[in-house]
Amino acid sequence: MTDERCSGVTIEKVSKTYRGVSDQETVKALSEVSLDIAPGEFVSILGPSGCGKSTLLRCVAGLETASTGTIRVGDTLVKEPPEKLGMVFQRDALLDWRSVLANVMLPIDFRHGRRSDFLPRARELLETFGLADFADSFPSQLSGGMRQRASICRALIDDPQLLLMDEPFGALDALTREQLNVELQSIWMKSHKTVMFVTHSIAEAVFLADRVVVFTPRPGSIAEILKIETPRPRRLEVRGSHEFTQYVDRIRDLFADMGLLRESP
Amino acid sequence: MRTSSHRSIWTSRALTLLSIVIVLLIWEFLVRAFNIKQIVLPAPSVILKDLASSPWWYLEQAWYTLLMTLGGFFAAVIVGVALAVLIVQSRLLENTIFTLMVGINSVPKVAVAPLFVIWLGTGSAPKIAISFLIALFAVTIDSVLGLKSVPQDILDLAKSLRGGRFATLWRIRFPSALPSIFAGMKVAISLALVGAIVGEFVSSNRGLGYVILSAQGMFDTPRVFAAILILAVESVLLFYAIVWIERLTLPWHASQRGH
Repeated sequence: MTDERCSGVTIEKVSKTYRGVSDQETVKALSEVSLDIAPGEFVSILGPSGCGKSTLLRCVAGLETASTGTIRVGDTLVKEPPEKLGMVFQRDALLDWRSVLANVMLPIDFRHGRRSDFLPRARELLETFGLADFADSFPSQLSGGMRQRASICRALIDDPQLLLMDEPFGALDALTREQLNVELQSIWMKSHKTVMFVTHSIAEAVFLADRVVVFTPRPGSIAEILKIETPRPRRLEVRGSHEFTQYVDRIRDLFADMGLLRESP
Repeated sequence: MRTSSHRSIWTSRALTLLSIVIVLLIWEFLVRAFNIKQIVLPAPSVILKDLASSPWWYLEQAWYTLLMTLGGFFAAVIVGVALAVLIVQSRLLENTIFTLMVGINSVPKVAVAPLFVIWLGTGSAPKIAISFLIALFAVTIDSVLGLKSVPQDILDLAKSLRGGRFATLWRIRFPSALPSIFAGMKVAISLALVGAIVGEFVSSNRGLGYVILSAQGMFDTPRVFAAILILAVESVLLFYAIVWIERLTLPWHASQRGH
């Protein structure tokens, strides 16, 4: 079932400390995070704003270096961005001057691949995400949801070994967000990529993931890891089910224990 | 929608033209009504008559000034963008080149113009050089701004695709900076024309700057006005040429749409 080209991720005792405004002052973003992600697994990283979950993702992507600890993608120690990495950012990071199709092809241009080898795949991806008619449009002519779909196509074009998604649907309206959750699940079920999905929406994390990793507030560390047993494909109605609400309640309790959720007095 | 916006464009153009005609008519009327001497302020009809008396000669002078302007402008664009690329490469280069440029720019370049005649003689070279020097800073500063203001997530994307410095510059920074570079070019083209005229003022026997200076010596005010009129038209045409090229080059740019 699992694609052999997919890589797992091994995170060992990773901490990240930023230098503050003055040299003496330091900000600890991550504290001793250890996590194993199996090849082909979908893991949601869930936590309050500023808890360092994005920092962890950026360390895995090789965009930042961990202060201590090690990260491996497959067998390779991460010192620079790993090969064949797909990344999706909160704001789609599409290039305004490229058509939607050319944006999707960007990773191929960066590694000097032959365009003609990948054009059919690019068109197929656009078709899957309902963007076939917009291949030649500029990003500015697209809605927020369509732009983010295009940026997911871009992340998938080079058949990545690992897909990192940093709050990809955080800037979308609720309806579009749910729609994209469904689309992401279905494309994941076909491709079985290893996915690290950072979000602060409990429902989104539970709906999408095999495992939800719950983070504490800063300095971020893992509070608990929940295995989500709900069978796939999960339909949107599953959010109303008893099983689903139990997962959500469990996470809400965790956040309440951390003092993040309080009833008004 | 489309036809109505087209109609409004034509209406506004017609209004612009009409307002120019009205100003000229008032000018003509005032000169005649108050019997103003031609040497002080010639009537538009007199200026036009002077233009019509030797159109080819005027065209030749305008052509020369145009060539000097374009020479200085293109040199400024090539050197300006190249300098900007260097400046954004490192903090060291930014502190040295950029600071030096700010220093040079603070010297009034018109004051340096006679030096160029000493250095480069009286041919075309000093005119192009002065035009270049006056236009350069506008291109550089806007290009630096454009190359630097690429959103962080797009730089992260390039890094995650293992893009090296050159690939990131060529595929990300440069296209992203193009709107800024064009903004700089729009300022630079007018400045380049000023530079060419200054060059012709300092020493020349050709070009519109020379026409103005020599006509002034003979108190031939209609000729001065005729040359100024051509200059104004040339300046406007050059500006819109850049706008037109920008529109062709950047069909995606937000400021190009919905107008």
